[in-house]
Amino acid sequence: MELITIRNASKTYKTGVTAIHDLDLSIKKGEFVFIIGSTGCGKSTLIKMLYREEKPTSGQIYIGGIDVAKIKNRKVYKIRRKLGVVFQDFKLLPKSTVYENVAFALEIFGLPTEEIHNKVVKVLELVGLKNKAKQYPHQLSGGEQQRVAIARAIVNGPKILICDEPTGNLDEKTSLEIMNVLQAINKLGTTVIVVTHDTEIVGKLKNRVIELDQGRILKEYEEGAFVYEGV
Amino acid sequence: MKVFRILSRNIRDSFKSVFRNFSLSAASISCISITLVVVSIALLLSVNVNSFTSKVESDVTIVVFLDKDISEDRMYEIGDEIKQIANVGQDKSDVVLNDKMKIRKEMMDSSDTYKSVLDNYPDRATNPLQDAYHVKVVDIEKMGITAKALERIDGVESVKYGEGMVERLINIFDVVRKVTYIVVIALIIVTAFLISNTIKITIFSRKREIDIMRLVGASNINIKIPFIFEGLFLGIMGSIIPIIITTYGYSAIYSYFDGQLFGNIIHLVKPNSTIFNISGILIIIGMTVGMFGSWRAVRKHLKI
Repeated sequence: MELITIRNASKTYKTGVTAIHDLDLSIKKGEFVFIIGSTGCGKSTLIKMLYREEKPTSGQIYIGGIDVAKIKNRKVYKIRRKLGVVFQDFKLLPKSTVYENVAFALEIFGLPTEEIHNKVVKVLELVGLKNKAKQYPHQLSGGEQQRVAIARAIVNGPKILICDEPTGNLDEKTSLEIMNVLQAINKLGTTVIVVTHDTEIVGKLKNRVIELDQGRILKEYEEGAFVYEGV
Repeated sequence: MKVFRILSRNIRDSFKSVFRNFSLSAASISCISITLVVVSIALLLSVNVNSFTSKVESDVTIVVFLDKDISEDRMYEIGDEIKQIANVGQDKSDVVLNDKMKIRKEMMDSSDTYKSVLDNYPDRATNPLQDAYHVKVVDIEKMGITAKALERIDGVESVKYGEGMVERLINIFDVVRKVTYIVVIALIIVTAFLISNTIKITIFSRKREIDIMRLVGASNINIKIPFIFEGLFLGIMGSIIPIIITTYGYSAIYSYFDGQLFGNIIHLVKPNSTIFNISGILIIIGMTVGMFGSWRAVRKHLKI
């Protein structure tokens, strides 16, 4: 079953730069997809359109049957609640603890405190940070901070987890650890989309890979078909 | 229940973030404090100017001189006729008779020179002084008309009320009052913008926080409410110092001058109720302006 369907989507910025050209793509429920490509190939624009930070200039983007391009600005939060998003720079609240950073995503829904506590503890356990709940982001390593960001993104059980260069700031070993956490989340049924330029790690993980170039799909690799050939 | 939970968390978070962003909160609070102290001074001046001008206006009196050879009976009749004229105050103290025999006695008591002179005129018929009524009016601006009506009464010789002087005084007071109102209103508006801009800077520095809130699916209302509460708290905290300064400062000034300035000319307004009212006004300005500033700042960030 298709969870995400992109039809003839194009995106031209006000500056005249066309980042995405007539793109067609579908992603099934429960898939783990890498989107790769060189800088400026449009991969960031593509996922920005998925979480509706940008609107396509033309074409449709369906997530769970809803055309996100048609959602009004003030209703964007409705689609965001169904998605989890993780960034290269983690985007954590620096003056809140690990626990507060994660709980924050649930508190805005008005859930009872006990339910929030149970969910946060569970998700921190999943990302391996249960014993760091009371620490502040600056007391954590880069990899740990990214785990907090992942925990926050998945704590309300989104159907899709979108990651924009999640390992961009991390060393190789930590990157692999983060990818393993993402794989574990995927195994629990969440569709995971990862944008990265780190093709070495992509080669190790044997997932579906979509390679973009100048806003178009250059090549698609089925699970296990992508081989890392070095730089 | 859900709404209550969200609201109580918002209040808790706003309170926390006032302290977590302490340096910026302190900047906002001191800005609010300083401007509110100025507003408070302007308000106190305005209240005192108002009270002074009203008091002077209420003290203005028309003196109605009666004919020198008027009979005693006619003198009392005139008193009743004066009371029937429109705009004349109806209180006992508004129309007061100054009998020439009474004045003579007062003058004789006050100095020996007067005594030796006035001893030569022992009765009403020979007394060279003049009987007069002191009349207070309801509307000071219609004083001229009232004076003319008083002049028409049979047995009245002349009417004096500082013609020209009173009108000028009223005009000056009118201008002074208008100026103080304008100054107070202008100050409040300036304060509103100053405070709201300071809070705007506080919130701009937290663009990241707002972006994250949007990202995890917070609706615009979800984002706005904690910031509005934060503005409210900043406003309340910012009005504490001005209220303390107003309360103790004005009481101290009042007792230092013993409630009077320039001898006995200007009476200061009593502190108790004035301080209470002004403190109320200050806290309301602080709260409203704090909330307004936050709301304006967040709104800018939510335009996408």
